[in-house]
Amino acid sequence: MSLERFISDAISPWMKREGPESDIVLSSRVRLARNIHQYVFPIAADKESAHEVISAISTCMSSENEEEAEKLEMLMMEELKPVQKRVLVEKHLISPNLAEQAKYGAVLMNADESVSIMVNEEDHIRIQCLAPGFQLEEVLHRANEIDDFIEKNVDYAFDERRGYLTSCPTNVGTGLRASVMMHLPALVLSKKMSRIIPAINQLGLAVRGIYGEGTEAQGNIFQISNQMTLGKSEEDIMEDLAGVVMQVIQQERAARQQLQDGLKLQLEDKLFRSLGTLENCRIIQSKEAAKCLSDVRLGIDLEILPGISKTILNELMILTQPGFLQQYAGEVLTPEERDIRRATLIRERIKLENR
Amino acid sequence: MNCEECHEREASLHFTKIINGEKTEFHICEHCAKEKGEFLPGSNSFSIHQLLSGLLHGDGHVPNTPSSNFIPPSLSCEKCGMSYYQFAKIGRFGCDNCYKAFESKLNPIFKRVHGGNTLHAGKIPLRAGSSIQEKKQLQQLKQALQQYILNEEFEKAAETRDVIREIEHRLQQGRDT
Repeated sequence: MSLERFISDAISPWMKREGPESDIVLSSRVRLARNIHQYVFPIAADKESAHEVISAISTCMSSENEEEAEKLEMLMMEELKPVQKRVLVEKHLISPNLAEQAKYGAVLMNADESVSIMVNEEDHIRIQCLAPGFQLEEVLHRANEIDDFIEKNVDYAFDERRGYLTSCPTNVGTGLRASVMMHLPALVLSKKMSRIIPAINQLGLAVRGIYGEGTEAQGNIFQISNQMTLGKSEEDIMEDLAGVVMQVIQQERAARQQLQDGLKLQLEDKLFRSLGTLENCRIIQSKEAAKCLSDVRLGIDLEILPGISKTILNELMILTQPGFLQQYAGEVLTPEERDIRRATLIRERIKLENR
Repeated sequence: MNCEECHEREASLHFTKIINGEKTEFHICEHCAKEKGEFLPGSNSFSIHQLLSGLLHGDGHVPNTPSSNFIPPSLSCEKCGMSYYQFAKIGRFGCDNCYKAFESKLNPIFKRVHGGNTLHAGKIPLRAGSSIQEKKQLQQLKQALQQYILNEEFEKAAETRDVIREIEHRLQQGRDT
């Protein structure tokens, strides 16, 4: 398969569009956790009841209203190879938990992969909507539409006092987790991030790395999300998150300006060197690759490195993950082999830019 | 920095655990991480459930009132069979009825994880929601009915009784379909 073809198949179509504030906000995501009243939660479910949940949701999504129901493709976890599941995790379409632990998991996805519905993860239903750039309201609206559509045919586990009942007490109430993926190289470079993170935590929001809970902020990419789900309306949760995100955007822009004003040559040196590394590397570990890609993306946004497309960071951050490298290679690779493959893939991808 | 496992390769995976302000760091290389088992991003983390389970146990670090510390061994959910002890251990409910079964224990937990909140203030499902609204209305009407009887306003009481019957009938039908 040619590299161009591989990339175009590998990258979710929604990622190729550009959204608002896309120089800093890479993507916006909303997740709603829902359960069906008549079945016990996946953690306590036997095979039979888990399969009933899957068939209930798949019939409901493919039901009578063809216009309303978007075409969704369903994948059963037990039928996928480990590398295929890993690729879905790296694309953020399923959670590591669904890939690894869920016994009778399944996922439904739409054609452009901006909607994915996980079945039998920690909860029966996890509706996830993604959009490029800063578009929290839009993704919540989309998720609500799907939620209402499912609710037409399914009795949700809902309590007047506690709201939507979820398996984990941290999700009860709205079941809503909204998150924004941000590229913050200037705040990291000027060492301001270590002060910003505790301040954001104080407001009841979490800051995490690119693959969620417990992961490191590779490539200066941070995920900011709400923690509380009970006692606040969906709109208030979104407003609080959006307010903080707007402030972080302003801080990052100011920090970028400062770097350009005060340390232009040093900055140029750093960014051009990173581009040089990516163009010439023969062996590269994911951490170094992420760092250089972040530099190159900053160079593109500041118009220091002209003629490279903006999507290169989002694309290569995903393509150089172990699952994708192995899928491209068509075989299982050792970490050392991956580092070589990664270098090759990055070099070839950058060559495509220079045509 | 060298890998803490093999002391040969550069450490490329860095984990930080913070428990009660105490920071523990791990630095290992990809090779050693792989030997320890195929890992996926995010999956090796100290999970929210472990953390939550610590909270639920109230293992000395979280202030607990004496009354909420006492757990009758018989406290369990009749729908899924999960005991409160199991719930506290894994930090997850087994079904929606667990919320009723463990009701007496939940407020302190919700307060801790949701910034002091215990009550839902968001979306109400459309279909189930209409009957919730009607149930609330029904409660209010029944209270009003009592008041009318006490005040000997029998005409109003009769009207209210008819409205209550109508709503009850509708709710009953909704349940049958």
